[in-house]
Amino acid sequence: MSTPDTHAQADAALRAAIRQREREAFRNRWLLLAPGVGLIACVGLLPLALTMIYSFLEPGTYGGVTWTFSTGAYEQFLFERDLFDETLLTFNPSYVIIFARSIFLALVATVGTLLVGYPTAYFIATRPRESRNLWLFLITLPFWTNLLIRTYAMLLIIRDEGLINAVLMGVGVVEQPVGILYTDFAVFLGLIYSFLPFMVLPVYASLEKLDFRLVEAAYDLYATRWRVLRRVIIPATRPGIVAGCILVFIPGLGAYITPELLGGGKKLMIGNMIALQFGTARNWPFGSAAALILMAMVVLMLVFLMRRGGRQVGHG
Amino acid sequence: MKHGMRVLMAATALGMLPLAALAEGKLNIYNWGNYTSPELIEKFSKEYGVEVTLDDYDSNEIMLAKVKEGNTGYDIVVPGDYMIQIMIGEGLLAEVKPNEMENFKNVDPKWVDVWWDPGRNYSVPWQWGTTAFTVDTEVYKGDINTLALLFEPPAELQGRINMLNDMNDVINAGLRYLGYPRCNSNPDQLREVTDLLMNAKQYWRTMDYATIEKLTSRDVDLSQNWNGAAMRARKDRPTLQYAYPKEGFTGWMDNVAVLADAPNMENAKLFMNFIMAPENAAMISNFARYANGVAGSEAFMDAEMLEAPEILMPADAPAPDFVQPCPQEVVDMYNKIWTRIKQ
Repeated sequence: MSTPDTHAQADAALRAAIRQREREAFRNRWLLLAPGVGLIACVGLLPLALTMIYSFLEPGTYGGVTWTFSTGAYEQFLFERDLFDETLLTFNPSYVIIFARSIFLALVATVGTLLVGYPTAYFIATRPRESRNLWLFLITLPFWTNLLIRTYAMLLIIRDEGLINAVLMGVGVVEQPVGILYTDFAVFLGLIYSFLPFMVLPVYASLEKLDFRLVEAAYDLYATRWRVLRRVIIPATRPGIVAGCILVFIPGLGAYITPELLGGGKKLMIGNMIALQFGTARNWPFGSAAALILMAMVVLMLVFLMRRGGRQVGHG
Repeated sequence: MKHGMRVLMAATALGMLPLAALAEGKLNIYNWGNYTSPELIEKFSKEYGVEVTLDDYDSNEIMLAKVKEGNTGYDIVVPGDYMIQIMIGEGLLAEVKPNEMENFKNVDPKWVDVWWDPGRNYSVPWQWGTTAFTVDTEVYKGDINTLALLFEPPAELQGRINMLNDMNDVINAGLRYLGYPRCNSNPDQLREVTDLLMNAKQYWRTMDYATIEKLTSRDVDLSQNWNGAAMRARKDRPTLQYAYPKEGFTGWMDNVAVLADAPNMENAKLFMNFIMAPENAAMISNFARYANGVAGSEAFMDAEMLEAPEILMPADAPAPDFVQPCPQEVVDMYNKIWTRIKQ
């Protein structure tokens, strides 16, 4: 026998309990998030804010900054006071060329890793389940050594007196060593070698989830091999491809060691150019501005890729 | 008897305690990479019971940037000549008066009144050397003592050259070749240097600090080089020869200094005094292969160092040119030229 009174009481108690539960859930959520958010704020946003502020100041005499507002750093990116006539402000393509070269190289490396990595991932995904782990293990094996050491290993292989030239000359294919090292091609090789796992792993993750009955169905409907690849396999694995491309392109853009060691250091890449500003060039504001411009470009490109990738997934 | 021994031992141990405690502690050294003799550190460590840690950098500017941020925990740094002057000006070094230390009498008088630290109130010599270049005399048999080999190389050296990846070293070499003064802000002369470097670039294979490795692996047959590195490279490739170009070359000295905020000030001073002893200075040189500036250290140096052509300058070579720090406007112009060369 319940009276309305006890009903109301139970209701209120229930509501209080729910509210209590919600409060706890809310608190727990924030407590769980706090370390991550704190870390991002401390080591991500704070330095970024500093970089932003520095980029609007004037360079100090021996590095550092003086606290005067100036947009000079951004001006310097595109224009220069003529080297030989201070009053003349002319377009200076140097930094644009450096950025363009880095972007081009990162793009080529991305396409290269995709061309090599996609078939590799496909191969692994179509192995029997037990042996896949072994193949994946082999792909990640190079990560056990430092990037610098792997790049040096590459250098030893392709140099004039290295493995490749020794074999070529030993067999008698060439008389003089082939100059591979210290060219753009060497940098390209180095980037592909170091970034390949970043492409293979996400593509594999997508391919693994692919329902191969779809492929069979496509064949049953008289699709050619090329058509199956183009209309079934690639669209279904697009998220993996996009993720792989992002994971290769972005570090490729900022690559520092590889161009320096394998490229011979004759041409600046974005990473080296920014480092130079904080070193001998003693121009921290410009270094900060260049870093921010690079970041803005990366973010723009990411947004572009995400939206394209996202839409395609929606279709599929 | 046994008891007496134990008391004696305890007494001795107690007696030693204050001594050990006095010198006990740490010393943190921040020096150029591959530049500090491990035996030297070990000897210092043993003699004073100090635990030494070593960290390294690869350019004066990187070191300056780090030290300026403060709280590095380093006690000792080893800046180049011009950097000592900058750091004194910025108030980053402690005025520890090494000129009043016991071993200061050993410092060669020509390294006392130097422009970067007149009278040596802040720093003592570590090592000094020259920056010119090394050539393989098997590949090129002509006269090597000219900068023309870098900027207008003969056919056999074209594409076989490594330049230092250093704005100042490359531009200064260009200025010397054209006979213009260093720290130059004359637009016409700089334009000429820019053209010279832009044209010479096609003959250069690489621009890198790792000169020894570039030469011994036969990636190049000529490399801009420091004399000590030249000597180390020659050990592996005996046909290499260090040039003393008639147009001039850079001289430099790295100096031991104590940071103003050094946590172990007293140990740092001990170290400063320690390395001015000839037998210890010799250890520095025997490892890195540069001369040290402490008189009497020759007696303790390896025989091959005493007759090395990289150390003994020929009588007709020009005096090494110790380049002072350039004003900011010149640095800005150099930076533009450098970016243009490497764009």
